[in-house]
Formats: sequence, C-alpha cells, structure tokens
Amino acid sequence: MSNTSTSQYTPLYQQHRLAGAKMVDFAGWEMPINYGSQVKEHHQVRKDAGMFDVSHMVVVDFKGKDSKAFLQYLLANDVDKLKQKGKALYSCMLNEEAGIIDDLIVYYLSDNFYRMVINAATRENDLAWIKNKISAFEVQLQERDDLAMIAVQGPNAREKLLSTLDKTSAITVSALKPFFGVQLDNIFYARTGYTGEDGFEILVPKQEAVPLWKALLEVGIEPAGLGARDTLRLEAGMNLYGTDMDSSTSPLVSALKWTVALEPKQRNFLGRKALEAEIDAKPASKMVGLVLEEKGVLRSHQTVVTESGLGEITSGTFSPTLGVSIALARVPVDTNEHCFVEIRNKKMKARVVQPPFVRHGKSCL
Amino acid sequence: MSTNIPEDLAYTRSHEWIRDNKDGTVTVGITDHAQELLGDVVYVELPEDGSSLNAEDPAGVIESVKAASDFYSPLTGEVIAINEKLDDEPELINSEPYGDGWIMSLKLDNTDDLKQLLDANAYMNEIAE
Repeated sequence: MSNTSTSQYTPLYQQHRLAGAKMVDFAGWEMPINYGSQVKEHHQVRKDAGMFDVSHMVVVDFKGKDSKAFLQYLLANDVDKLKQKGKALYSCMLNEEAGIIDDLIVYYLSDNFYRMVINAATRENDLAWIKNKISAFEVQLQERDDLAMIAVQGPNAREKLLSTLDKTSAITVSALKPFFGVQLDNIFYARTGYTGEDGFEILVPKQEAVPLWKALLEVGIEPAGLGARDTLRLEAGMNLYGTDMDSSTSPLVSALKWTVALEPKQRNFLGRKALEAEIDAKPASKMVGLVLEEKGVLRSHQTVVTESGLGEITSGTFSPTLGVSIALARVPVDTNEHCFVEIRNKKMKARVVQPPFVRHGKSCL
Repeated sequence: MSTNIPEDLAYTRSHEWIRDNKDGTVTVGITDHAQELLGDVVYVELPEDGSSLNAEDPAGVIESVKAASDFYSPLTGEVIAINEKLDDEPELINSEPYGDGWIMSLKLDNTDDLKQLLDANAYMNEIAE
C-alpha cells in the first residue's frame, strides 16, 4: 500500500471478535484468518455450511446506455454472452500486454445496468484503469461502499439460508440457478462462490450486515476465516489474484483461456492484440495442478523440476479434504505427468493433474 | 490470551519445552503458545533417531496449514526417542502440546546445560513482550 492509512473495518468486525477470531491485515482490512481452527472451518464448509465475511471486496455498478459496449471493451470475456437477467460471468481484465489486472465477476442486472465484484487488494489500481478507459463511453460508475458482503457456502448452505427468508423471498432465491443473482428489496443474492461448493454470495446494506450474520448463525451456519477460504479455493482449483496470476501473466499461462472470448473476431477488447500474438507465438508455460506423492507440504515459490525444465509453485497447501498436499504451479508447456518439487533441498515426487482437486465435497483425483 | 505454561517444565526463547526426566535425559516438545501461533499442524519432519544434535541446531520441521517452521534442539545430546505417533496424528501437537504431542527425547551430553534454560516465569515474560 502506498499510503499509510490505518486499518479498515467491516461492519462485522465486532461479530468476529465475539466469535473468537484471530484477526490479520488483508489488503489494509482487519479480517478474520480463523476462529480457532482453519481445518475445522474448512470441513464445516465441505460437509455442512459456513460463512465468510468478504465485505472488503469491491462492488462497482455500471449504468447508462453504453454500459454493455464499455464492458465488451474492458473485459476479456464477452458480456454479450449474458442474455438472461441476473446471469453472472467470470472474466479477466487485461492490460495492453494481456497481463491480468484483476479477475472479477460481472452480473447482467438489466439493460444498461451491470454489477461487477473486484478484489480488495487491487481496488485503487482497477478503478484508476477503468476510469481512464471510460471517458469515451456514456456510462456512470458507482462504487458501492454502502454494501457489505457475506458468502454462505457448503452442501447445506442453500437450505439453511432459505430457512431464514420469508416465503416469497425464499421462492425467488430458491429458484436461482448456479451463477445467477437477484435483487430482492435492498439485498442481492447470487448463487456464486469461491469454494467449489453450492451456496450464495449476499450483498447487503452495511447497517443490515450484523442482523443477517446473526440470523445465519442461528440456523447453524458457522463462521469461517480467510485461512479456510484459501484452502477451499485451492482444492476447487480456483486462482488467487496476486499469487497465481498478476499483471505480468496472461490468461493463457494461468489456465484461464476458457474465460477469454476470442469470438466474435471484431470485438476489440483491451489486451486482445497482445493475447493473439501470444497465442500465435505459443506460450512457453502453462498452469497445472500438483499432488505431492510423499509426505510434506507444497508452498508457493518452491521450484518444480520436470523433464522439460523448471517451473514454480504459485500456491500450495495441505488439502484437509484429501489429506495430501496440493498446489497450483506454472510449468513448461510440454510437462508430462511426473515431476519433482524441491522442498528444503530435497526432491520430492509429485504428480501433475488437471484441477479441480475437489468438487462438491468429493475428490476429483 | 490464556496460554498454558506448566510450572514444572523448562523453556527456550524459540518456544520449545523441556521436561527433565532426572536420569540424564529430557523430553522435548513445542509450547502451547507456539502451537497456537502455528495453527493446525499437518506434518512433522522428525529428527533421526540416534542422531547427535547441538543446542540450537535445527532438529526438524513443523508444517501447519499456514507455514513451515523449524524446530530447534534446546540442548546438546543424542536423540534417543522420537514420537512416531506424529506421523499419523500431527494434530497431537495442537491438542496435547505437553503430552502426546511431544517430539523427541535426548540423552544430554552435560546435565549442567539445563541451568541455561528459562523457567516458566521467564518464558511467560518472554512471550508477553
């Protein structure tokens, strides 16, 4: 952070303290890393239902007649794919060199109204970039700092959340398909998440965050911290911005080519030229999953030794669901199934796999 | 914060505890405070049984979900036992740091070395800083 500002607090800060959270700094925010045991919280989400305070994330609304045209220019994925109201799209926002400025979710709420959720750590940079590109378009950008965000995740999350709603709301929210969102009064419910489990991300006015948190607690949805969020997303094979990808890596070397819409060819989006040049030149590396076949724990920045050359782990952890260590790594593009990882000067055997590692509570290995 | 620091043990600044078995041997583990800082322990790399260690030598590695931390020999001696239970149940370090979560036993070269360790009070002051 360039400024020396003091920590920021979400509306749920006191609730975290009451629940015994260990707080840490995350991108300038005081956030719960765990409430006692990260592993227990991880299993709670895989087997039942947990909730995360993700109010540090940034919600930006785009309104105005050029909203769609602007987002088609700004994002590597194409918002024209969004035909049904409430539908969400995952996308990268690229710089002119096709490096990833951020990854985000954008919702199509109505004609001339899109909502975007971006990362907390990249906030200032993202907004500066967007504002710099927006001037030729008739679009109003609104930062929704009036909103808090709670992610409710797990096989029982849906059922438990629905039980807290009145009948009419419950019917509407229950009808939401995966990757759809709906605005009900002043609350936005989206069937999205970052854990590989079913669930919702809920945007709520700040002053209503505490009552909602308490209502969710009452139906047995347990708080889970950023620690569990990280092991859950890694098991689900989802990238973390700033760790697995950044402004120097393209979607092609970040296992995110599927999020780039190259068709239609005439859509001119930021980073397109560099991306096409990189495709023509064929990227030298790719992102894969690793499973350690010996005892130990894979960590970011460890060296991966393959027959085709060296690679590097971008995120690694012990997988509580699988009981082995797993990682995401960037390796030479023709890496085969076997490799070694250097852990404390020892070469440990690892297997190359296609993420996800875990989906809906079950091993994908 | 309430951390458990038994009166009858000795301690190091690097958060190991030492139980004097009064027969020239000691049992060693990491403190409640240390396991709390580490978070859920998922893997322990134990020293080799029979190896000779100098005081402050790295003796093994404790990996939690968060990070890997070295674990140091508090005294000079020979490793005469290691807690192999930790291979399958590394979480014993979290649940019973002073009991079934012990890490190794040492036969000391010189029992006078015990005098250099911290007592419970001194350790408590150390971690309060």
